[in-house]
Amino acid sequence: MTTNTSEIDEIKSTPWNGGRSPFNVEYGKMMMWFFLLSDAFTFSGLLIAYGALRFSSVSWPNPDEVFQSAPGIHGGAPLVFVGIMTFILIMSSVTMVLAVEAGHRKAKSEVSKWMIWTIIGGFAFLGCQAWEWTHLHHEGAWWGANPFLNKDGSVASTNFTNLFFTITGFHGFHVFSGVVLNIIIWINVLAGTYERRGHYDMIEKVGLYWHFVDLVWVFVFTFFYLV
Amino acid sequence: MSADQHNIAHHEEHGSMTKKKIWGVFWVLLGITAIEFFIALVLIPRGVLSHPVGNIVYIGLTLLKAFYIVAYFMHLKFEKLGLIYSIIVPLIFIIFFIVWMLYEGNFWMHIRL
Repeated sequence: MTTNTSEIDEIKSTPWNGGRSPFNVEYGKMMMWFFLLSDAFTFSGLLIAYGALRFSSVSWPNPDEVFQSAPGIHGGAPLVFVGIMTFILIMSSVTMVLAVEAGHRKAKSEVSKWMIWTIIGGFAFLGCQAWEWTHLHHEGAWWGANPFLNKDGSVASTNFTNLFFTITGFHGFHVFSGVVLNIIIWINVLAGTYERRGHYDMIEKVGLYWHFVDLVWVFVFTFFYLV
Repeated sequence: MSADQHNIAHHEEHGSMTKKKIWGVFWVLLGITAIEFFIALVLIPRGVLSHPVGNIVYIGLTLLKAFYIVAYFMHLKFEKLGLIYSIIVPLIFIIFFIVWMLYEGNFWMHIRL
């Protein structure tokens, strides 16, 4: 009889037999992970469409010629501006993890400080993107309009600009949503919501989203500016 | 129950990402980006690397950056194996879709020529 009981206890102690979370994460955090997985599929759909259209083209505009300006630099500086944008986004990802780390120690003022830096980083990135879009628009690029020639000198289709504005626009919209979420969470930090709750899990959840936005940029950067 | 869960989760997370480690990952990401710039601005223009080879290196470095962001910043490396698999394994479909669509794109180009 005693052996039977202990066997049952043995079975119940495995993570998949109920009574506790087998993934050992909070429900909201797990749901954020699955949302991000679905969002990864959405971005993949866009980027793979870009790949397929680019592979179907004999030639394609040269990114070093399209993206060669920065504020105050009129051409001849490829990758400079996008380098700044990439640095800003990596930096804001770092300040986000620092906020999460401070949250584990329940250090309210530190969490608040790092959230502010993350929000500033987000706005800085959006500002850079606004500048770049405006600049390209002044050069005549927009959805349905492509002033840039292909590498081989032939006239390019509008696939290039359509894909560029759609994909960076969709990513920029994610950055914007991330900044809004960060601001909401920051206000809650200031209001002491998480201090009363006893944990700063919400920082981790919004952090996951923010890192994902950074992750997508890593791919957008490679496939639009480098390759 | 819920409070108990929090205790377990927090206990394991503690110490996995110290400030030192966070900055370590930052330097790795910045270093990889610097290498990408070096390839784009120096190695390819000088003909040390050809464009196709450069592209393969870019993609490799991009995946390496993605690994660092997901594993350390998003903390996935320190989660339960079940959660790691349920996030990573579905990405097989993306790889399948990439191969399929790039092959298809290449075919479109050949019928256009």
